[in-house]
Parts: sequence; structure tokens; C-alpha cells
Amino acid sequence: MNDLIHQALSKNGLLTGFAVVGVMIWVSYFLSDRLTHGRLHGSAIAVFAGLVLAYVGGRLTGGKNGIADLSAFVGIGLLGGNMLRDFSIVATAYGASFDDLKKSGLPVVIALFAGVIVSFICGGLVAAAFGYRDAVSIATIGAGAVTYIVGPVTGAALGASSEVMALSIAAGLIKAILVMIATPLIAKSIGLDNPHTAMIYGGTLGTNSGVAAGLAATDPKLVPYGVMAATFYTGLGCFLAPSVLFLVTRLIVPG
Amino acid sequence: MVIYGVALLALCSLVGLVVGDALGVLIGVKANVGGVGFSMILLISLTTWMTRRGWFKPVSASGVVFWSGMYIPIVVAMAAQQNVLGAIKGGPLAFLAGTIGVIFSFALVPLIARIGRAKRGEGK
Repeated sequence: MNDLIHQALSKNGLLTGFAVVGVMIWVSYFLSDRLTHGRLHGSAIAVFAGLVLAYVGGRLTGGKNGIADLSAFVGIGLLGGNMLRDFSIVATAYGASFDDLKKSGLPVVIALFAGVIVSFICGGLVAAAFGYRDAVSIATIGAGAVTYIVGPVTGAALGASSEVMALSIAAGLIKAILVMIATPLIAKSIGLDNPHTAMIYGGTLGTNSGVAAGLAATDPKLVPYGVMAATFYTGLGCFLAPSVLFLVTRLIVPG
Repeated sequence: MVIYGVALLALCSLVGLVVGDALGVLIGVKANVGGVGFSMILLISLTTWMTRRGWFKPVSASGVVFWSGMYIPIVVAMAAQQNVLGAIKGGPLAFLAGTIGVIFSFALVPLIARIGRAKRGEGK
């Protein structure tokens, strides 16, 4: 009987995904309403619950894909995978205002460069503080602090060790997770309540999954603006980190 | 028909992603540069233009609106498949490298937003 249920769940993965996530969201909104009187947004709780599930999945299977590594929950992987994520993010743009987008052009470019460079410097300094003295390792960890895609792309280009690559990816994952959790909590104090600031926020933080989930938990209306800006961040990071930023690092730390 | 909206959304997404990949190849970067952003601009332009001509009816729009409403559930599913264990295993170095950058980036947001506002004010 258990086998039968298990087979049905994994064979119809996407349906399992819909059902599981639906229940998670219902419980999260219920908790948000009853325990926090709506102060902590339901979707923030749901995203956090998702991360807890991902941790549990990692613990159980030792894999990299959280709960989706359990065969009964492969559908979560499909539902939350890149294809449907991009598809639904693009859909949120329907109804967004073109004028708001155009007005924020230059500040968003500034935000993108500032965000990538500041994150790279912070990551690099931490690497140096932990005893790394070679430009390749420092740049790779710095790039990981940009996003978890920029990190390994940079590390691969520079020939970093696999230990450094793993640290670099972990730094980027920490960033993404922190942005998901922290955004709704500090949205008010950074004035994140309008399309203009949402675009600056997306450009500065840039980690796609973090920005996407952080804004969803803050105000779903702001999602398209933030994501629109963030979509250029990883590309810019992959461009800057192994080239200009690495060369500057090597000037400071020869070797 | 609902499928018209879904198909238009899929078409915009695909075109944007191809443009983003091509841009990545063009500047020699192993990543998609702005793909989703181009898709969004395409979707906004096309739907605005088609609605004005009466080619994009509310029924078609519901195919787009449905997927936009599925966004939060999809993000929750995305969170559930992150490598949280790997992030925690990275230890204090990874934790600090990720966290400090985020703190500074958050602090920059209101500053850059102000520059933007000032510039926009001058323009008017």
C-alpha cells in the first residue's frame, strides 16, 4: 500500500508539487494570520518553511536539491525549477507600468555595478581574514558573495581549488537565503514600497531567487520591477568578477 | 481562448531567454544576461499593443494572470529545493562572506534610490 502511494506521488510529480505547496501555503497564511496578525507575511513564512523542508531533504538524502531529492517529491523540483520560475516571473510583468521602468534606468545601472562590486569586496575581505592569500581564491570567494552562479563560473575560469569553489557556492547560497528571509523584515527601513526602490533593490541585491522570494513576501506588486533589474546582475557579475575585479585583486594580492 | 495568453507568455519568455543567452555569448560570459528582463519588456509591449487593437481579450489575459498568480507557490517550491545543507556546511567563512555583502547591499538601496530621485527631479 505504501509502495502504491509512493509510486502515485512520484509518477504524478507535478500534481504532488501543486498539492504539497498548496497545503504549505494554506498553513503559512493561517499561521501568519493567527500568530502574527498578518505582520509577518504568509508567503514569507511559506518560503521559510520551504527552506526548512530543503534542509530536511538534504539531511535525508545528502543531495543538493533539497526536498526534491526524495523521489516522492521530484515534482517540487519541476514546479520550482528554472523553467516555470522564469515563466511565472515573466507573467508578473503583465500590468506593470512601462513609464516606471524607464524612469529608473540610470540609477538601476549604478545599483547593478555597486551591488556586484560591494559584494565582491566583502566576500574577498572575509576570505582574506580567514587566511587566504592568493588572488584566485580571494576572487572566487568574493564572486560567490555576488551570487552562487558567479562564484563557480569565476572559480572555473581562474582555476580555483574545489574546496574554494564549494565555499564560494555556499557563500552565494547564504546570500540568497538571507535575502529571502530578511527582505520582508527590513523592507520598511530601506523604503522598499514603490517600483523605483524595488528596481534599485533588485539591482543591488541581484540574487535572482532571493530577490524573487523576498519581494513576493514583501509586496507581490513590486516583483516585476525588482526582478527586471536583478536579471542583469548575475550576467554582470560573471562579466566583471573573472576579469576586472580579479585583475584588481591580483594587483593588491600578488601571487 | 486561454491558450492564446499562455502561448503569448511562452513565446515572450522563450524569445527573451534566447536573446539573454545570445548576449551572454556575445560578451563572452557563461550566463544568461537579462533574459527574463527582455521577456518582460516584450510581454508588456506586445500586450499593450494588442489590447489597444482589441486583439488581446480578457479571456486570453486570464492565461497570463493565472501564471502570474502561481508565482508565489513556485517560489516556495524553489525555496524547498535549495541546497540549504550545503550553505550551512560552508561554515563561518561562507556565512560571513554572504552575510556582510548582503548587509552592505541593503544599506546601499536607500542611498542609490535617493540619487535616482534627485536625478529625476532635475529632469523635470
